[in-house]
Amino acid sequence: MRGGGARRRPALLRSVSAATPTVQARPPLWRNVRVLRWAFQAVFLLGVALFLLYLWGNLTGNLERLGIRTDFRYLRQPAGFAIPDSDFRSSQNVFQALLVGAKNTATVAFLGILLATLLGVIVGVARLSTNWLVRRTAALYVESLRNVPVLIIIIFWWAGILLRLPPLDEGSDVFGVLSISNRGLVLPSLERTSGIGVFLVALALTAAAAAAVAVWRTRRFDATGEPHRRVLWAGGVLLVGLTLAFLASGRPLGLSLPEQSQFSTAGGFRFNPEFAALLIALVLYTASHIAEIVRGSILAVSSGQSEAASALGLSGFQRLRYVVLPQAFRISVPPVGNQYLNLTKNSSLGIAIGYYEMTRVTGISISQGGPAPQAILVLMLFYLCFSLFIALVTGLINRRLEIKAR
Amino acid sequence: MSGVRVDLQEPLPVPEPEGPPLRRLDAREWARENLFSSKLNGLLTVVFGLLLAWVAYRVLRFVVVDARWEIIERNITNLLVYQFPRGELWRVWAALYVLAASVGFGVGAAGRRKALAAAEDGAPAAGRSQVVRRVGPLLALVVVLLAFAQSLAATLLVAGVAATAVGFRVVGQRVPLRRARLASVLVLVGIVAAYLTITAFGGVPRDRWGGLLLTAFLAIGGIVISFPLGVLLALGRRSSFPAVRIVCTAYIELIRGVPLITILFMSAFALGFFLPPGSERPSAVTRALVALVLFTAAYVAEIVRGGLQGVPRGQLEAAQAIGLSPLKTTRLIVLPQALRNVIPALVGQFISLFKDTSLVFIVGLTELLAVAQNITKQSDFVAQGLFVETLIFAAFVYWAGSYWMSRESQRLETRLGVGTR
Repeated sequence: MRGGGARRRPALLRSVSAATPTVQARPPLWRNVRVLRWAFQAVFLLGVALFLLYLWGNLTGNLERLGIRTDFRYLRQPAGFAIPDSDFRSSQNVFQALLVGAKNTATVAFLGILLATLLGVIVGVARLSTNWLVRRTAALYVESLRNVPVLIIIIFWWAGILLRLPPLDEGSDVFGVLSISNRGLVLPSLERTSGIGVFLVALALTAAAAAAVAVWRTRRFDATGEPHRRVLWAGGVLLVGLTLAFLASGRPLGLSLPEQSQFSTAGGFRFNPEFAALLIALVLYTASHIAEIVRGSILAVSSGQSEAASALGLSGFQRLRYVVLPQAFRISVPPVGNQYLNLTKNSSLGIAIGYYEMTRVTGISISQGGPAPQAILVLMLFYLCFSLFIALVTGLINRRLEIKAR
Repeated sequence: MSGVRVDLQEPLPVPEPEGPPLRRLDAREWARENLFSSKLNGLLTVVFGLLLAWVAYRVLRFVVVDARWEIIERNITNLLVYQFPRGELWRVWAALYVLAASVGFGVGAAGRRKALAAAEDGAPAAGRSQVVRRVGPLLALVVVLLAFAQSLAATLLVAGVAATAVGFRVVGQRVPLRRARLASVLVLVGIVAAYLTITAFGGVPRDRWGGLLLTAFLAIGGIVISFPLGVLLALGRRSSFPAVRIVCTAYIELIRGVPLITILFMSAFALGFFLPPGSERPSAVTRALVALVLFTAAYVAEIVRGGLQGVPRGQLEAAQAIGLSPLKTTRLIVLPQALRNVIPALVGQFISLFKDTSLVFIVGLTELLAVAQNITKQSDFVAQGLFVETLIFAAFVYWAGSYWMSRESQRLETRLGVGTR
């Protein structure tokens, strides 16, 4: 607002002192600050527009001269490459390939955010432990991972660890539940059979019942003060309901265990090495940053709060759970949201190890003759959508949590 | 009331709050208090002790026994400069001396002002052991590099660089600087002079640099060039002109919304398309540097904006009241205060730029990480699975640099008292 006060007085004063108070001399056009401000902004915008036009002109000229298309119709052309571990075939078009890439990016980002938050909070709390050894271990973890490029961590997990695991035929399954080999990790997964619809309805009803019980216990606690134990109650209802529904609907879910043959595994949920390496590296790296934020936020909660909780006789865990962490959480939401954004953007480094996320799909489509400027622009738009979505979500959480000040 | 006469003119001195008495614990007491204070703590200690011991055993075993470090020993020059002509290596050493001299001088001059200020405040000066701790990670890096190089000449030259830095620091402390800002200008001049030492007068153009040299060039060049851009963008975002504000905000938010790799791609694959027809295509190093600068400028702008918002409004109003022009207000009143507050955050941005330079590996530049991969394909070492060794070496170089700078920035933070007012 610096120039805002510049609707200057001197002109007015001059007119007053000039003994002709009836005529308000307006400043000439070239001294009128309001006009000057408009003129400056118009010139600025014109300059920016001209610069962009110049770039655009160069771009189209160069592309045409080289015989590269200048529109976005390449998105509708057949991709010409297949994506492993998906239904995508090479006859589908580039845009659909990008959507598969976006789905893969979203998978890594979503799982990564969940796991990194979990690990980050644990390590952040551990850094403030009263136990010297725990404290130092957490510090060692944070300081060693935070200061190394995430790309190196990704490549290290991929080339240095996961690809060096023993091959499939050398007996790499753990109790028949987990299969670990250089082909990837296979975890047990749920497999649905017939009767799933009935089961899902029963599941919804059970969940509603559990919620109702939790509310009832809370009300009871508010009214009488007897211990509410709502988690125990609701959990019990959920467990009993689940078992009944499961048996009543004819066991609609089965456990699918990894079965190994010499060259492949069947059943279970399979992480290929690229996905596993990217996920593990992103989680470890981001968790080290989140841990620092959590530590800082806990330290930022005034120590009087913690002391007051102790004075009330809360145990160490209760103090953390009910007094310190809720307040620390509020402080840490914006920076942790930033870390979520970083994790999502860093998932683009999957290209270095050949994980089929958006960046790699774009890279391949360029190498197959797609027009580079448009392809990268579309890629940027995809990432902007992701960033916007995460920013919106964290913004909403932040708005709900922030202290309502008057 | 009692007959005690209270002198209202002279308030009684408030006694210093007394801390709890310091106790020296012997080893058993210390262990009981810090490791086995409760059953849970005891369990945690045992579990973490075993875990740490296992990790330490595995790491030590790998580093000392299993790893074959010969690949690093034979390629140490490659890792540091890659295809830089060996006959011109003296230029790199000369540049190091120039850098050491200017940085040493700058640190000395800045430190002198700090020492004078501290003497006024009565703060204790830093001890010797603190100095060793401060340069610890850097020292470790140099020692490791020299251990791999196993060259007397290199050791002597490094000792010379260190001696130059210390010597010029002493000189910097002695020479009275009338204008404080001269110190940072001198460091900047030193950086440019070091660059010219390598490139000018028949030197080696930056396109032939590689390894750690290229990494350092991209990081330092990136931050030095993007800093003024970032300041302009931040001022633009806080401008009273809506048009300027919208353009700057759009740029900053667009860049911050996309990953660095997409900008590197755009620069690597498409920068040539945006230039007028017939103009020469910029080299790969230049294109990467452009991408890093465009990217970092947006982040620097956000940091500087934070600093600008931290300057109290009264400062601005006071400047206007004494009749400074808007330009002078910004240059003399607002910016110096804003920048001083964000120095630690800027160091943090420099650290992430330093780490992010590893991404240019993906667009085909031979910086440290790329060299670490390339040397595993040499005929002597191919298909022996030596990538782990070279990766760990590269990771260590990045770690030592980043850890050293992050500790320095924490120190700066406490010294400048950011966030404690």
